[in-house]
Amino acid sequence: MLVVLCCVAALLTAACLGIGVARARLGTALLYGACLAASTVALMAALANLLAGAAVSDIVLPLGLPWLGAHFRDDALASFFLVVVNLGGATASLYALGHGRHEPAPQRVLPFYPAFLAAMNLVVLADDAFTFLLSWEFMSLTSWALVMAHHREADNARAGYVYLVMASFGTLALLLAFGLLAGPGGGYAFETMHVARSSLVSALVLALALLGAGSKAGLVPLHVWLPLAHPAAPSHVSALMSGVMTKVAVYGFIRIAFDLLGAPSWWSSMVVLSLAGVTTLMGVLYALMQHDLKRLLAYHTVENIGIVFIGIGLALAFRADGMAGAAALAITAALFHVLNHSLFKSLLFFGAGAVLAGTGERDMERLGGLIHPMPLVSGAFLVGCVAISALPPLNGFVSEWLTFQAIILSPGLAQWSLKILIPAVGAVLALSAALAAACFVKAFGITFLGRPRSPAVTKAADADRFSLAAMFLLASFCLVAGVLPGPVIDALSPLTRSLVAGELPTQAGTSWLAIVPVAASRGSYDGFLVFFFMALSALLSAWGVHRLAGRSLRRAAPWDCGYPDPSPLTQYSAASFAQPIRRVFGSVAFRARERVTMPPPGTPGAAVFHLELRDLAWDWLYTPLSRWVGIAADQLNQLQFLTIRRYLSLVFLALVSLLLIVALWT
Amino acid sequence: MLLVLLLAPGLIGLIRKEKARLLRRRGAPILQPYRDLLRLLRKEAVVAENASWLFRVAPYLIFAATWVAAALVPTFATGLLFSWSADLIAIIALLACARFFLALAGMDVGTSFGGIGSSREVMIASLAEPAMIMIVFTLALVAGSTQLSTIAAFMASPDVGVRVSLGLALAGLVIVAIAENARIPVDNPATHLELTMVHEAMVLEYSGRHLALIELAAALKLLLYVSLIACLFLPWGIARPQGGAAAALFGALAYVAKLAAGGSLLAVFETTVAKMRVFRVPQFLGAALMLGLLAALLQFFSTSF
Repeated sequence: MLVVLCCVAALLTAACLGIGVARARLGTALLYGACLAASTVALMAALANLLAGAAVSDIVLPLGLPWLGAHFRDDALASFFLVVVNLGGATASLYALGHGRHEPAPQRVLPFYPAFLAAMNLVVLADDAFTFLLSWEFMSLTSWALVMAHHREADNARAGYVYLVMASFGTLALLLAFGLLAGPGGGYAFETMHVARSSLVSALVLALALLGAGSKAGLVPLHVWLPLAHPAAPSHVSALMSGVMTKVAVYGFIRIAFDLLGAPSWWSSMVVLSLAGVTTLMGVLYALMQHDLKRLLAYHTVENIGIVFIGIGLALAFRADGMAGAAALAITAALFHVLNHSLFKSLLFFGAGAVLAGTGERDMERLGGLIHPMPLVSGAFLVGCVAISALPPLNGFVSEWLTFQAIILSPGLAQWSLKILIPAVGAVLALSAALAAACFVKAFGITFLGRPRSPAVTKAADADRFSLAAMFLLASFCLVAGVLPGPVIDALSPLTRSLVAGELPTQAGTSWLAIVPVAASRGSYDGFLVFFFMALSALLSAWGVHRLAGRSLRRAAPWDCGYPDPSPLTQYSAASFAQPIRRVFGSVAFRARERVTMPPPGTPGAAVFHLELRDLAWDWLYTPLSRWVGIAADQLNQLQFLTIRRYLSLVFLALVSLLLIVALWT
Repeated sequence: MLLVLLLAPGLIGLIRKEKARLLRRRGAPILQPYRDLLRLLRKEAVVAENASWLFRVAPYLIFAATWVAAALVPTFATGLLFSWSADLIAIIALLACARFFLALAGMDVGTSFGGIGSSREVMIASLAEPAMIMIVFTLALVAGSTQLSTIAAFMASPDVGVRVSLGLALAGLVIVAIAENARIPVDNPATHLELTMVHEAMVLEYSGRHLALIELAAALKLLLYVSLIACLFLPWGIARPQGGAAAALFGALAYVAKLAAGGSLLAVFETTVAKMRVFRVPQFLGAALMLGLLAALLQFFSTSF
């Protein structure tokens, strides 16, 4: 752990240096190089610790509050999340070595970027409430500064404002949660928090943790800041925010719910599961309706966080009923998905960044045909699309498969309400997997396939070497984690032991590298063989067809049933591609309204198609809330214009009422 | 693996022949699909000018994914070699993989027909796939496994009994099979230049060997679904691993008979119903999803339903 802390110190130093070197010619390369080195060292240290069985180590540094110090602790859970954070950090730094050249204002990014990386490491390492909250807030503020890097662009100021409000709210909720956990004695160190509590207190803590960590992770309806803020940042920072920072929030929830809180009762899993189900479905539906590539990816993060929380909710339910093996399966699925999502979401944001750098466009309605000028970027992006759509043989499928296996174990639960809820959540998960595939057919098809929709596309070129290296590195990780999931599951077993006191059977000895979560008769999946058979039959058929049949090829004009139209506007657009699904789901989920205004006969005006989508979270929650806040602020405004006598009497009244409360309480 | 490849076009031919006979036409011979495939394979492939590498790679990927999925379904015997390498959920995901690339290929050239096909295909899939997963849940809870070989062996054993949930699952599975294979009333496999076509619209730009592979993959998918229904709900005669050659031969004969029966039923069904409007399809598939969910719920409450 000392190594990781040294890397954090190095990152913080780099952040200070970043202020100085930002305007230098080589500053960008120097700084991202330093970040890459620090993250890689931290990644190796954390990975070595995790694979060696996750030894626990503590350090108390004389920082922070004088009587408390800063406690740091590295256990299995922290090691795993350190791997996720630093893997994301290392690849993002590698990508930024090339992509950073396109940054118009490096002085607004370079000082905050290493600080952001350091803050995420510190959150994971923190072992007392004060250090945790301080690092958490530091993480929020540095990421906010990065969101505001391009503050002159339209909408970015609003995105930053909404993010700041939501982040403050989340920290407040976590602060209250830790206050309840610490109790009246004020033991802020995590190890003093492992005490028995009344069910009311644990319920409150769990609700507050869900609000605090959920608002950072993007649980519906706390997700509203996420699709605004993530796309606004520079692309490598978007990748970090979507791929890694949301995982730090997941870490916060797991740390509180599984480690500090002891054993919450079974109905807490009902809350988590229902929120997760809503999040999964709404996230993917919102994503399908977007035509801004980065915003589509950000909304899709909401969906994936929902999938992670489905695993967490199942694990809570199983643990409350004492089914340790099933709980281990569910939490393994959730953690595996955490790793997977950090891999492919970073990859996809890198791809979106390359598109943005190459064409200057984020709007899919103005892209198209990019597979020709950007063959390598499109190849890597395609791998990410296949992985995120949960298709074999890549990694997204493995974690969804594990979640499905956990759901099939749930009839063993004793509670009837869970028995009704879990099949419904399973249906939602299956629905969102299919919708995710639809979403990424749209994202890839509209952006990279078809004909160019604007002249910007024809000027594009493939990304630079560093960006491509980062993307292909992540793509190969996606493939390896999908084809060889056994070692990943084995590496997670120290976590499941410490979190749910159960573990999956060791996968290292199974024949042909298959994974067997429960027993061979219940179900097994062999990513290696599936990949091998697919590759073999594809190559065999290609060879056979070329060898035995014809290999001649002729290029001709598109056929299109005899009616090809040369204008690229006749292609399907992002909005029209989503239209069937919008008709099926959108009228309920978004109150989608379509209006076509035809010009009166005889006038040469254009017909107008108007589409209206509403985010119900804004309509039902945030707009009324902000109105009430406004009204309350208006009322309280009068307090600013009182005489000194009234202020003094207010102070006196407050003092008397507080004393009364204290007197009555005791 | 080769068996399914050889039988698949025959099933298509049989269905076309029977449909023609039901309409009092003479119809093409049953072997016609084989001849069509051979002819297509020998012809040169015509590719649109702006088609990318994905367009040319996609047919092989689609074919490979479908073939692996079809080879994993028990046809005449359970417990075949490597049948444990992927369970029923993985088979569905493999088909989804094939569909993913088919939908992308439809969008590659940038024609309006390709887009219409892809967009409708993903809409249909987004409802058919969860319905299928729900059916898998039901079967997995009945048989205690998602492994297709184990489920088929359990279904063939006498301790299955008559269950409500299995009936619901069968109804759901038939609806999903019709939708997934682009049959009437969801899609018309015999159409061209019609605004309601889905599958044919996606493959409009394909020709020659590429088209042959896609057609073969479509035939394999139909065979896969018929075999799936046969091995799950009509498991009579399916050979066990320890059965020996005679049982395997009997199983193979029974399998061919089941395929022929399934094909004839499909032909009769297709001639008696009319095609639906596209936006009626979600309701049709929603029914399958609800049936699957109901069956799974029943299983969650009691294993005796």
